[in-house]
Amino acid sequence: MSKMHVKMTVNGKPVEGLAEPRTLLIHFLREDLNLTGPHIGCDTSHCGACTVDLDGKSVKSCTVFVAQANGAEVTTIEGIANPDGTLHALQEAFREHHGLQCGFCTPGMITRAHRLLQENPNPTEAEIRMGISGNLCRCTGYQNIVKSITAAAEQLASMKEAAE
Amino acid sequence: MIPGAFDYHRPSTVAEAVTLLADAGEDGRVLAGGHSLIPMMKLRMATPETLIDLRHIDELRGIDENGGTITIGAMTTQAEMIASGLLADVCPILRETALQIADPQIRNLGTIGGNVANGDPGNDLPALMQALDAAYVIAGKSGSREVAARDFYEAAYFTALQDGEVLTAIRIATPPAGHGWAYEKQKRKIGDYATAAAAVLLTMSGGKCASASIALTNVGDTPLFAEAAGAALAGTDLGADAVNAAVAAAEAIAEPAEDGRGPVDFRIKVAGQMVRRGIARAASRAS
Ligand SMILES: Cc1cc2nc3c(=O)[nH]c(=O)nc-3n(C[C@H](O)[C@H](O)[C@H](O)COP(=O)(O)OP(=O)(O)OC[C@H]3O[C@@H](n4cnc5c(N)ncnc54)[C@H](O)[C@@H]3O)c2cc1C
Ligand code: FES
Ligand code: FES
Repeated sequence: MSKMHVKMTVNGKPVEGLAEPRTLLIHFLREDLNLTGPHIGCDTSHCGACTVDLDGKSVKSCTVFVAQANGAEVTTIEGIANPDGTLHALQEAFREHHGLQCGFCTPGMITRAHRLLQENPNPTEAEIRMGISGNLCRCTGYQNIVKSITAAAEQLASMKEAAE
Repeated sequence: MIPGAFDYHRPSTVAEAVTLLADAGEDGRVLAGGHSLIPMMKLRMATPETLIDLRHIDELRGIDENGGTITIGAMTTQAEMIASGLLADVCPILRETALQIADPQIRNLGTIGGNVANGDPGNDLPALMQALDAAYVIAGKSGSREVAARDFYEAAYFTALQDGEVLTAIRIATPPAGHGWAYEKQKRKIGDYATAAAAVLLTMSGGKCASASIALTNVGDTPLFAEAAGAALAGTDLGADAVNAAVAAAEAIAEPAEDGRGPVDFRIKVAGQMVRRGIARAASRAS
């Protein structure tokens, strides 16, 4: 079947390409746009390694057709760092608090946490655990991931206070 | 896993969607959140040649309550159901159930309409809709009709939806103030379908149960409206005999398949246990 012309804004930049409608968003991001941050862990909508932001909401990009994302705004892990290239507070916190071991789940985990902290800037531990319940990690046991997200939330709150 | 190829359409009105669906014939399907359909297409268990994406049809979204009827647009996402202050006030079991579906990412795209139209006995909302005696509003080429949730499910993946029809909304009579509710679901982990689950709604009056409605998830080919279980509670003080009778009536209609969630007898007992817990929690919330 014929390819369609797709346009979207990815990490703030307009992009376009030709793709079959059935192309999964994760494949378009990784193979057409060379954004290999979001990973394919399970390909069955379970693990969350492919998590990206689609129009301001966390989604699993292995379960979205590129046709559905046509015209959308997408943010991947590549778009999370600060504009000056320094690490985002979440990325710093994952490094500082050992929120990763092999790192495979980390792009999805941080992209999800990034959205979670915008929805709920001051989450309880239980809210963090529920918030990342669609993201699996085989290494850390989650303990340090929760610690990292908590620390980032505190850091972001104090940065916000300092700016005010 | 690469799904089969298809033509993609993005209509902006229901009328347009219905026309596109009619033109596509039997190989056309509507696409809602895609979180049941895309996994099935990856496995080539579904191979539609035309997909009609309903996500950009504004008239299919939104939640309101008017004159004692709650209306929820079919494309309202499960996350929007959870976020709705109105639903939390007038019919909190909707939120309680939606929170037990899958995980946050999936609920951001998965819709109420897709969940009830899908016909998978594992879906959580169909049994709830039966317990609430909801009606599904369905649009087709020749106009609109309503089908009760209790009459909608025929077998796994077979429903009263005909080729060319689109589910547009779900209507629910607002439950009376002070009603009790509970959706009890046993699952192995977050993101798993139920080993068994039960939706329980009841009203109390002068220390007695005035009415009760119970339905079961994932213990049959379809969701099961446990009419006799509800009837066993009505008029009683919800004492042990009444609750045991309701549990026995629910277990009597459960016909689960054996799968990774356990053998048949176990899943029947889990269904009974979910009913027992559901009655207790619903009663504790009723006033
Ligand atoms: C990992 C995972 C875990 C899950 N866990 C659960 C769970 O615990 N409980 C649960 O209930 N669900 C669960 N789901 C399923 C999820 O809730 C789906 O979102 C839902 O079943 C389908 O809704 P959708 O909007 O994604 O529909 P789609 O996948 O887009 O559509 C499903 C089917 O319904 C049809 N359809 C959709 N909308 C309409 C309409 N308006 N009119 C006519 N036909 C329509 C489609 O043509 C298709 O055949 C899970 C899914 C995944 C991937
Ligand atoms: S690769 Fe998308 S959820 Fe695992
Ligand atoms: S750090 Fe290895 S999977 Fe999470």
